[in-house]
Amino acid sequence: MWKWLNSYADPERSYNLAGKLLPWLACLAIALIGVGTTWGLLFAPTDYQQGESYRIIFIHVPAASMSMMAYVSMAIASFIGLVWQIKAADWAAASIAPIGAVITFIALVTGSTWGKPMWGTWWVWDARLTSELVLLFLYLGVIALYASFEDKVLAARAAGILAIVGVINVPIIKYSVDWWSSLHQPATIKITEKSSMPMEMLMPLLINIFGFGVMIATITLVRYRTEVLARNGMRPWVRALATKEVAK
Amino acid sequence: MNPRRKKRLTLAVSLIAGVAIAASLLLYALNSNLNLFFTPYEIVHGKQDTGVKPEIGQRIRVGGMVTVGTLKRDPDSLHVDFEIHDSFGGAIMVTYDDLLPDLFREGQGIVAQGILIEPNRIQATEVLAKHDENYMPPEVAEAMGKGHNKLDYSEQTGEKSGKSY
Repeated sequence: MWKWLNSYADPERSYNLAGKLLPWLACLAIALIGVGTTWGLLFAPTDYQQGESYRIIFIHVPAASMSMMAYVSMAIASFIGLVWQIKAADWAAASIAPIGAVITFIALVTGSTWGKPMWGTWWVWDARLTSELVLLFLYLGVIALYASFEDKVLAARAAGILAIVGVINVPIIKYSVDWWSSLHQPATIKITEKSSMPMEMLMPLLINIFGFGVMIATITLVRYRTEVLARNGMRPWVRALATKEVAK
Repeated sequence: MNPRRKKRLTLAVSLIAGVAIAASLLLYALNSNLNLFFTPYEIVHGKQDTGVKPEIGQRIRVGGMVTVGTLKRDPDSLHVDFEIHDSFGGAIMVTYDDLLPDLFREGQGIVAQGILIEPNRIQATEVLAKHDENYMPPEVAEAMGKGHNKLDYSEQTGEKSGKSY
């Protein structure tokens, strides 16, 4: 098992595997987000209290929950990179960071535009909003640290430590609405009990959450492939690849 | 696992554990300060853990449910008075002179920011509506008897201002 997994830590093999997975994941992501968003925005019933405005949930919740998932993935990749010193894991972590930052930004912006008509304010410093903002800064910190060292092994170590330390923020975001009184409402989708949302609203939401996850995976693979090429520019297989591209 | 990896693993795990402990202690110490608002009960009787009571003149936030039947509008201005309560039995009067958010209605959860002018009255500078985690189509809500109809302000104020003319 370990031997088999380790073989994919080889840059060339992981590059090729990522290339093979890419079209499938891309199609799946487009299909899921297409279905989920159309269903959510056009066909799901309106809400009894918020009317049509609640439909922003179909973008806001997937972005917010996947921003946390992306962070955990990045932290796990950094952890593997740090402990087992697998460079491929470091590159994966580095390629997730900007995507996670953008998704977090989307979650904050959609949340803010939802807050204005419903709560009456764009922003309030409650626990949920503040901790999500901290998540954005953590992503930006990881990106900045990785970019600021010429030596990428050192850069990955520095960025990796920040990513691992920052993972403590994820449960804080998740449970902030339960631990403290906040303006943000508690979670609608519950894993252990019945969700406080009817099926015809929940289905498109879940499809979109899954779709956002696949989308993040897809873009990560694209970025991972370029990261592998950038870090292995001197390797013969990359040179062979480049000459093949030029000859085309 | 070779000893070098083992060492790095221990280091990484202890780093996470250390940060987790530090963060939980920090959050535990800050616990009550991380709450966005006081509940009406806490304003009247003090916070449950520390007994801290806001003083008159202090700028605070208070969160609770708008008590049904307590909303009074001044027919000639934006001035509104209403009472908010919580499940522990505390009640606070809120005075406000600005536009209420769209979602504001009696029975709705709100968060008001303002200055405590009497032991149980707050002069709000900002009123925010809090909505809960329940979503449902209007028909379902009606069937469940949860029809949160918006207050028909135009009718109410029209009638009052009609009298004043």
